[in-house]
Amino acid sequence: MNGLAHQIVAGIATGGIYAAVALAIVMIYQATHHVNFAQGEMATLSTFIAWSMINAGMPYWVAFFATVVVSFAIGVAIERLLMRPVQNAPELTHVGVFIGLLLIIGNATGWIFGYTTKSFPSPFHSDKPLAGGLISAHELGSTAVTLAVLLLVWAFFRFTRLGLAMRAAAYNPRSARLVGIRVGWMLALGWGLAAAIGAVAGMMVAPIVFLDPTMMLGILLYAFAGALLGGIDNPMGAVIGGFVVGVLENLAGAYVVGTELKLTVALAIIIGVLVVRPSGLFGRVVYSRV
Amino acid sequence: MTRMDESLGPSGAAGGSRAWRATLLTLGIFAAVAPAFLLESFQLFQLTMAVIMALAVLGLNIVTGYNGQISLGHGAFFAVGAYVTAILMSHFDWSFWATLPVAALVCAAVGYGVGFPALRLGGLYLALTTFSLAVAVPQILKHKALEDWTGGVQGLFLVKPDPPFGLAVTPDQWMYLSVVAVAALCFWGTWNLVHSRIGRALMAIRDNPTAAQAMGMDISALKTKTFAASAMVTGIAGALSAVAIEFVAPDSFTFGVSITLFVGMVVGGVASILGSLFGGLFVLFVPNIAEAISKAAPGVIYGVILILFLFLLPGGFAGLLRQIAARLTRRRP
Repeated sequence: MNGLAHQIVAGIATGGIYAAVALAIVMIYQATHHVNFAQGEMATLSTFIAWSMINAGMPYWVAFFATVVVSFAIGVAIERLLMRPVQNAPELTHVGVFIGLLLIIGNATGWIFGYTTKSFPSPFHSDKPLAGGLISAHELGSTAVTLAVLLLVWAFFRFTRLGLAMRAAAYNPRSARLVGIRVGWMLALGWGLAAAIGAVAGMMVAPIVFLDPTMMLGILLYAFAGALLGGIDNPMGAVIGGFVVGVLENLAGAYVVGTELKLTVALAIIIGVLVVRPSGLFGRVVYSRV
Repeated sequence: MTRMDESLGPSGAAGGSRAWRATLLTLGIFAAVAPAFLLESFQLFQLTMAVIMALAVLGLNIVTGYNGQISLGHGAFFAVGAYVTAILMSHFDWSFWATLPVAALVCAAVGYGVGFPALRLGGLYLALTTFSLAVAVPQILKHKALEDWTGGVQGLFLVKPDPPFGLAVTPDQWMYLSVVAVAALCFWGTWNLVHSRIGRALMAIRDNPTAAQAMGMDISALKTKTFAASAMVTGIAGALSAVAIEFVAPDSFTFGVSITLFVGMVVGGVASILGSLFGGLFVLFVPNIAEAISKAAPGVIYGVILILFLFLLPGGFAGLLRQIAARLTRRRP
């Protein structure tokens, strides 16, 4: 019984990371109706930036916040330089640019930092076991960090003028433009935010899975599964979906399929959602007017 | 931009007379067969692989280029085709030729199964599902339950078939000629498919699904069948590759294969049969050149080239040729 409880707790901890990446994907999806396949690679790059800063002797939390700021800038730059010129191009062009980004960022990190697996420090330590050994200090700390990030993002969109403007730009770009919102810049901000959220997720997962250039590929897959499960047009749904996928993945890994087929669990969830309820648990069913 | 159909070919200037066509065909056959007797063994192997990759890109082009449904996971079908052939040849001693139809059918069935849930919905769902499939495939191939069949991490070793009837060619030459023959058949079939009534329906669905549906087309059924056909062609390419390389292993079929096919399609030319051929040559020879710089270089160069093509030359090589041809034949007043 204790084993089961531990699996669930560990699932919630990794689920928080999937939830963060799923939120990053849904934020860009809501504004542009495109799924950023390079989101994982961007997060890996951010984590490597943090790793270099920490190795250069910077205190963990200074490096953490510096990385979030740098990642935000990278996200904005990518939107301005690469996505803006193709904003009216067909779907295939967008997917192509995302794949190009994935290739460039993924291989450039390997080129610069090498392909050997590196350990990444965790800021959370504890001398005595927490809750009778049910949860590790890092699991507890990373869950707290991801929850704090999710809460901050929610508060930002709910209570600030800028957040309202970004929601307006995503919901109805033309009307937003007419009331004086700079829609293009709102999109760039969205990309920046998504990159920053991804960076936090990367730094929180790296102590668990270890740091290498392909670290985020599997995590991106679970994030997709979470986003689809919760409804790809619903940020809150994506977050809940991420947590659910985390728990499901851990339970299935421990009791059903073993660790070697964990990625296939994500695939099965994606196909299952598409067959049973394509709009996800909390998504809107879209009717298009002809 | 890329939404233009192939205009080089029989409908163009070359299709004037029967004699012209026969001459072209003879020249084409000669050009395809000659390398078997002119190239060194390793160069011939590379050319064999280029033809195989071209065939795989052609499969992707059927569904993504002509039907507009984006697949990021065609490497999975390449893997399934390779494994079906490898398993039949090494466990059941089937001849190489007999395994091809089986590999084709299995890939079509898998394609139908994967495409069915995703293609009802359209848009990005296919890209998402196929992306996940491609990432998960090596893990599935390594799994213990299948290890007796797939050979697990070690993979399976095969032997190239000997030339039949005592023909005076080496197994390498025979392999190349077989690959060219199979590929030519698939290219011809695809050409006929996209220039038929069904082909026009596929392009109508890509360009305006609402109008296509209003014309009475069952778009999700057509999309799913197209996806199955496309998986089949890529699967045949995978089957050929297993025998040409004489080896299959899970780590040869990572997500990278799917990305390679995608890059080959965009660079060669989206929705172009000739473009698939360019794509095959590109994905085989460019990484060799780039690898001289660094292990990571091919990936970075691929990415840069992909984005440059999308920005500057969205029609790929085939589109460039088309533009040049149009400029040359344009009449000036």
